[in-house]
Amino acid sequence: MASERNNHAPMISDRPDPDVLLAKVEREEAKARRGRLKIFFGAVAGVGKTYAMLEAARERRAEGIDVVVGLVETHGRKETAALLEGLDILPTRSVEYRGATLREFDLDGALKRKPSILLVDELAHANAPGSRHPKRWQDVEELLDAGINVYTTLNVQHLESLNDDVGQIAGVRVWETVPDTVFERADEVELVDLPPDELLGRLKEGKVYLPEQAQHAVENFFRKGNLIALRELALRQTASRVDAEMRHYREGHAIREVWQVGERILVCIGPTPLAERLVRAGKRFAMALRAEWIVAYVETPKLQRLPAAQRDAVLRILRLAEQLGAEAMTLSAAEMSTAILEFARERNVTKIVMGKPTRRGWKRWLLGSVTDTLISEAHDVNVYLLGRPHGAEPGDGKLSLFREAPPPGLNEPSEAGRRIQHRRYVWAVLVTAGCTLTAKFLFGRLDLANLVMVYLLGVVFVAVRYGRGPSILASILSVAALDFLFVTPFYSFTVSDTQYLVTLAGMLAVAMVISQLMGNVRYQARVAAHRERRATVLYAMSRELSAARSEGEIVRIAARHIHAEFGSRNVILFPDATGRLVYPREKRLDQSLPGVDLSVAQWVYDHKERAGQGTHTLAGAQAVYFPVVSESQAIGVLAMRPANLRRIFLPEQQKLLETFLNQIAHALERVRLAEQARAAAVEMEAERLRNSLLSSISHDLRTPLATIVGSASTLVEQNEALNSQDRQNLGRAIFEEAVRMSNLIANILDMAKLEAGAVKLNRQWHVLEELIGTVLNRLERHLKGRMVSVRLPRNLPLIYVDGVMIEQVLANLLENAAKYTPPGSPIEITAEASAFTVTVSVLDRGPGIPSGKEEKVFEKFSSIHPESAQSGVGLGLAICRSIVEAHGGWIRAKNRGTGGAVFTFILPLEQAQPSLELEAAG
Amino acid sequence: MADLAPVVVVIEDDPQMRRFLRTGLGAQGFQVFEAATGRQGLVEAGVRKPDLVILDLGLPDLDGVDVVKALRAWTRLPILILSARGAEQDKIEALDAGADDYLVKPFGLGELLARLRVALRHAALAPAAQGETFSTGNLRVDLQRRLVYVDDEEIHLTPIQYRLLAVLVKHAGKVLTHRQLLKEVWGPAYVDHAHYLRIYMSQLRQKLEADPARPRYLLTESGVGYRLRA
Repeated sequence: MASERNNHAPMISDRPDPDVLLAKVEREEAKARRGRLKIFFGAVAGVGKTYAMLEAARERRAEGIDVVVGLVETHGRKETAALLEGLDILPTRSVEYRGATLREFDLDGALKRKPSILLVDELAHANAPGSRHPKRWQDVEELLDAGINVYTTLNVQHLESLNDDVGQIAGVRVWETVPDTVFERADEVELVDLPPDELLGRLKEGKVYLPEQAQHAVENFFRKGNLIALRELALRQTASRVDAEMRHYREGHAIREVWQVGERILVCIGPTPLAERLVRAGKRFAMALRAEWIVAYVETPKLQRLPAAQRDAVLRILRLAEQLGAEAMTLSAAEMSTAILEFARERNVTKIVMGKPTRRGWKRWLLGSVTDTLISEAHDVNVYLLGRPHGAEPGDGKLSLFREAPPPGLNEPSEAGRRIQHRRYVWAVLVTAGCTLTAKFLFGRLDLANLVMVYLLGVVFVAVRYGRGPSILASILSVAALDFLFVTPFYSFTVSDTQYLVTLAGMLAVAMVISQLMGNVRYQARVAAHRERRATVLYAMSRELSAARSEGEIVRIAARHIHAEFGSRNVILFPDATGRLVYPREKRLDQSLPGVDLSVAQWVYDHKERAGQGTHTLAGAQAVYFPVVSESQAIGVLAMRPANLRRIFLPEQQKLLETFLNQIAHALERVRLAEQARAAAVEMEAERLRNSLLSSISHDLRTPLATIVGSASTLVEQNEALNSQDRQNLGRAIFEEAVRMSNLIANILDMAKLEAGAVKLNRQWHVLEELIGTVLNRLERHLKGRMVSVRLPRNLPLIYVDGVMIEQVLANLLENAAKYTPPGSPIEITAEASAFTVTVSVLDRGPGIPSGKEEKVFEKFSSIHPESAQSGVGLGLAICRSIVEAHGGWIRAKNRGTGGAVFTFILPLEQAQPSLELEAAG
Repeated sequence: MADLAPVVVVIEDDPQMRRFLRTGLGAQGFQVFEAATGRQGLVEAGVRKPDLVILDLGLPDLDGVDVVKALRAWTRLPILILSARGAEQDKIEALDAGADDYLVKPFGLGELLARLRVALRHAALAPAAQGETFSTGNLRVDLQRRLVYVDDEEIHLTPIQYRLLAVLVKHAGKVLTHRQLLKEVWGPAYVDHAHYLRIYMSQLRQKLEADPARPRYLLTESGVGYRLRA
């Protein structure tokens, strides 16, 4: 692209600018991954582009390269059809459109087939509505991105920047155009040339395809003069490419470039039919000078009042400019010339391109024109003026230039806005009426000149309060009222004394000027307020984002701010482990967008480009999708469905949205890095745990095993030497140690299962009393000699839990209490219920928990008294915690004020109690 | 019991476990026949005229539940199941298929003997229990007149409470699964509504047990069902 190659400062040394070289390297790297595009380029239809393409394809095939025909229009020509023989042809896709079945190129089929070279005829073709991209060149871009080499054909008239010229030469305009950037970025362009006479001969022989209905127009088109002009255009275009390639070569070989002083062109457009021509001309100008170029639209208060359709048309032109490689800007200012000059200075613009002034004659002399002001004030800038094409009068069919309808949804009149507008005018009338009442009261006491002041005050008030329109209305009404009521003859608009005419005219003029000035001041204030608000919004969001600690939090903050600023319900989608985007599982917010088209989102994620409503890709989608990119890597997709598309696609808003997305991406990146660091720490902790598990288990398993082996071997080997008492003792030792090991293994297995998440809760409605009873029965032997009291309130609700597991929690807590408290000391079990929870506590009268260890006791392999006789891997309480947490509850331990410890677990009552058909109470 | 020398068929694939059972039960006066596979076990059960079958659920050739079903096809003799810890579902299926009781490995000999005695007694009493009076501890149920007494004091039960108690009494000492109880008391449509059972069981305990939180008669078999202590 010209702008890329441009240098910003004159080059002094022989050494190439490192930035330029770097850009070149990057370009080449990107190219290596991308497929190569070869364009068979011709002046008009019938020169044999398709034929040349197929011939080239056959040659490649003969070389053993995988060539596939994506789509080729033979137009019934036998020679061309013959060339298709033996080539792989991709099936086309049928599209139903308005009852007709269209054959379209199958993009997905091609991407799936992934040949080395793909032939796609007619680069400028417009796809049937409902296709992924509206234009075929966009399909081709995607193919290239996927690394597929593409051969295609193109006529010169379809080039965006030449479209206008061809239209003027031939009198026929084509609507299917290809952006110049596509042509410029093509790796190879082969000109298929045929002298006009030969072409006309072929036409006569019927070798050129002509559609029946367009016969006449096309025949007109194929006049010799036209053909010569078109051929010249095609040749010139190809030559300029060769020139560019030459320069490119020079760059690569450090041949010193004769750089011009960094040219920068500013193209100023307005809401006139000239705008599109200005942009195209600017493009060619920039190309010729190899200069950077900017297209700017200055929105003055007057222009801001233009109908929405016209403003959207300007937006479209700005987007066209972007497509042609320009930087597009909207400047807001009170006066056009000042804004342009300021901007030109700021950006070191060397040339300004604009339309010829529209004001003529005395108006131009009296009111001046932007052009004149610019020419007289911009000393170091050259100003180029572009004339109007024949037949186009200034202001005629102001918007006929907009060929494409603006994206659907861009035009939505605001009902509320109109109502407010009306109310302002009503206020203008009321204020004038108020002034009239005051004047009536003062009439006779004051001179007419002072009454004029009363009215002027009113006008000033209306202007300040309600703006320009209402104050103009107030001005006119004031003059009329003054004339009607206070100027002789009364109650008539006629004026007897001519000097009053001067008064009235002066008053009208002053009132109007006030209105105008106040209107501008109000506008400026509004613009300033707008900017300030945007800055505030951005600041507010970035401040909140910087405080966010989790992805969920960022998404919530983003959703809220995007909703507030762009009036869009929205959602940020993230990929799962396999790279497929999924709808977030978190709780939905008010601002969340409830369902999105994941296939569109996926496309956006994969291609890092926007798509959806209002864009050029998959425009049929309900929402707009933007990639969230950080460090040139897509990390997610923002989907938003705006109430009004303008709130997203106005250039200022777009810039703001981009900033939003950057901020969000950065915040996400930061949180992710923090998450990774945390994960690493957790990993280390897990490692430490594994080690302590091994040492713990090996100790706890070996000890009883040693006893068992020893005792059993004694029984087997020394049987005769033992009396029955010895045998009894040894047997008991084996039995007890084996039970201990069995319990230990059971605990380890439970913990392992819980840790692995392999445990599925078998939740049912349970009566707490029954669970406690079961456990007390089971632990009867364990709790021998202890007072275990159970205090449960009547009417405890049913709890929805896995009964076996909660029994295990209770059992572990009771065992724990029995283990660490003196024999015979009492244990208490209590429970209570609130509306949302059930709390169960196990209280003992033992030594309590060492202070500071209240949390630690629930960790794995922690033992309150590590080397006590009460050995056993510290798993019981850890299992309790896992089980309770799996139920959505929590467990705590603390010391009782009166001595002893209390272990409490709290279970949420998530579900409504189950229904019961109870019989009459008995 | 020793003079009767009850016959027990042990179907268990682990030889060490078989040795333990043979030694332990033999010393207690049981006559033990062993089978290492399900098929062999079915043959043994058919020819040895056992008083009881001990069946391990994890067999190499047949599913334990199928063995229970095959036995139940021709005999009502008590079946005691041995199962691994945590295999609740297998246990329930086997009990639903008609097994009488279960024991979780590892277990001690004392525990096993207690279960065997209950099962044998239950088998001996079963036919006579119908329409008779049942009593255990201070609880007495007159099945004929449908009256329930605790310490000779009549307790008033609702019809469902009584029906539930009556089913437990009829199978006193035997484990009844939730499914079996729900089906018999409420009907087949209620087999998945275990909370009905839990609520009524809690009501029964309030009326019949001295301390409902530490029941003496109406015992819970964790995750499986209930048993009335006989």
